[in-house]
Amino acid sequence: MTSSLRLVWVYPDLLSTYGDRGNLLVLERRARLRDIGVESVFVNSDQPVPRDGDIYLLGGGEDLPQVLAARRLRADGGLAAAADRGAVVFAVCAGYQLLGHEFGGADGEPTAGLGILDIRSGRGDRRAVGEIVADVDPGLGVPVLTGFENHQGVTRRGPDAAPLAQVSVGTGNGDGTEGAYAGRVLGTYSHGPALVRNPGLADLLLGWVVGPMRPLPAERDELALTLRRERLAAVTR
Amino acid sequence: MNKLPLRARLATSVGGAASKVSRLAGRGDGSVIGGVIGLRLEPGLLAMLAQDRDVVLVTGTNGKTTTTRLVTAALAPLGEQIASNAFGANMEAGMASALGQAPDATIAVLECDEKYIPTVLKATHARVLVLLNLSRDQMDRAAEIWLLARRWREAIDAAPDCHVVANADDPLIAWAAAKAPHVTWVAAGQRWHDDSWCCPRCGSHLRRTGGDWRCGECSFTRPPVRWALSGDDVIDQAGRVRPLDLALPGRANRSNAVVALAVAEVFGVDVVHALRGLRDVVSVAGRYTTVERRGVAIRLLLAKNPAGWLEALDVLRPPPEPVMLAVNAQVPDGRDTSWLWDVDYRRLRGRQVFVGGERRTDLAVRLEADDVTFELVAGIDEAVDRVGHGSLEVIGNYTAFQQIRTALGRAA
Repeated sequence: MTSSLRLVWVYPDLLSTYGDRGNLLVLERRARLRDIGVESVFVNSDQPVPRDGDIYLLGGGEDLPQVLAARRLRADGGLAAAADRGAVVFAVCAGYQLLGHEFGGADGEPTAGLGILDIRSGRGDRRAVGEIVADVDPGLGVPVLTGFENHQGVTRRGPDAAPLAQVSVGTGNGDGTEGAYAGRVLGTYSHGPALVRNPGLADLLLGWVVGPMRPLPAERDELALTLRRERLAAVTR
Repeated sequence: MNKLPLRARLATSVGGAASKVSRLAGRGDGSVIGGVIGLRLEPGLLAMLAQDRDVVLVTGTNGKTTTTRLVTAALAPLGEQIASNAFGANMEAGMASALGQAPDATIAVLECDEKYIPTVLKATHARVLVLLNLSRDQMDRAAEIWLLARRWREAIDAAPDCHVVANADDPLIAWAAAKAPHVTWVAAGQRWHDDSWCCPRCGSHLRRTGGDWRCGECSFTRPPVRWALSGDDVIDQAGRVRPLDLALPGRANRSNAVVALAVAEVFGVDVVHALRGLRDVVSVAGRYTTVERRGVAIRLLLAKNPAGWLEALDVLRPPPEPVMLAVNAQVPDGRDTSWLWDVDYRRLRGRQVFVGGERRTDLAVRLEADDVTFELVAGIDEAVDRVGHGSLEVIGNYTAFQQIRTALGRAA
């Protein structure tokens, strides 16, 4: 083991609607296969968020839990403090929205987010449900994003956040872009286990913490790459 | 039945003919198509067909089909003819078809899809509404479950004569049912907690101690129960303990059976007689059936969502019993396979695992992350050939399960 990596799963009791555990499992696996030690911490919404984590994960959630999670995280302050000192934050769907300045609450009313990503979200006219394909910002060096989206959010970026990707299939933020990032804080509408189909994105997050890594042996990556090919073929067909 | 207006009578007889054609043509079991055609002829058909009958509606994320079957069995001692959509066709067409095919039945036990409860409750003036559980399920097309529970609350509020039989162990169910003036609360258990960490009333963190739960901030608490499942026994309101002794396997089915006893009580059926009916049920719409194939005894289990998979994995015979898992993502299954990551597969380690279905790659990646070794197979026959002899457990989600049944012949 060369070093130890601390993963923090933020509020699985509130923000884990659909397979969000997958992101944690993928990061753990890809770190271990490179002999990087991993320690994972689950922090429920009645516990303080530790400030010394390396990668923080936030999942999706229904409206009420999302509002509650935002309220608790603001009061706790731990996640914002960690992001401030340069920790990696990866958030999907409801978790992505609540990183911003505001999002739509249970009845669409503007609700205060954490303000650690320069985005504002509201509710759109129709629900976006289905496969999403998007070309990731070339600066990140990650192959095309493939995922499944299921949300009614519309997200606008401010000047301090860059789009994660440009949508070719699906809805994303609603303006042709998908997700957003600034520094090491990254969010996406590709819901649930977004890193499962995007091992390149998982490696980007790991690399932000541990620096350049060797690629996995081909046989260890074969199934994930097969899954990527299958899903991409299914939508562009 | 003769009291039905001419248009409705025509609708049911045309629908009935279509059911027969569908069955003869070998396309489905005929339980839906008759209802679809009937409803097209007469949109108020369900209300007309339900008139003057005692209707029991059964809904929830998991256990609907089995509970419908068990309630029917528990009511059998009444000696009345009972209409039921016993094969899981649980939308309006399936219900109308079941009623149309049994014009003389005075009782109807109807499985109802969660989304349709508001309209169907209103149309049928149900005597009893059974609420089993609510958990994440096919979220690409179903509403978020809290919204679903809120719609149930409104529907129940508008039907004060309906007697609700509800699972007190599921906080979301307890919240939905609390609106009803007449509720029989059942401690039916809740194996899956991941969708009920929050108080449905105020959103705060729920506190759990043993089987009990209460909100840490508002006054919402688990209601006192009249029937309870305890291990393999049922306990009634007087504290009498009776063994269930079901032929159906698993904790989930024992829980469904206790719910059925609570429904039987509403109808005045003696618990001893009702229990006898429950014990006679050995398989439900192909589930739990054992089929022989090339010398291998195959047992079929259906699991459609994370809570269902948890229950199905509980039912598996211990290792080294081989198991085949099959997953599809067609529209009835939900087109999103993210839920695979909510299921803990680690306990499959140490047995031979076959992976099939149209989305077997998704499942394979999932098992790889849990360090479960597996073999990809093209279909049930390949798994059977590799097992060679003895027995094989099969768990499939909805359309994968149906495909396997078809491959094994309708005997399954």
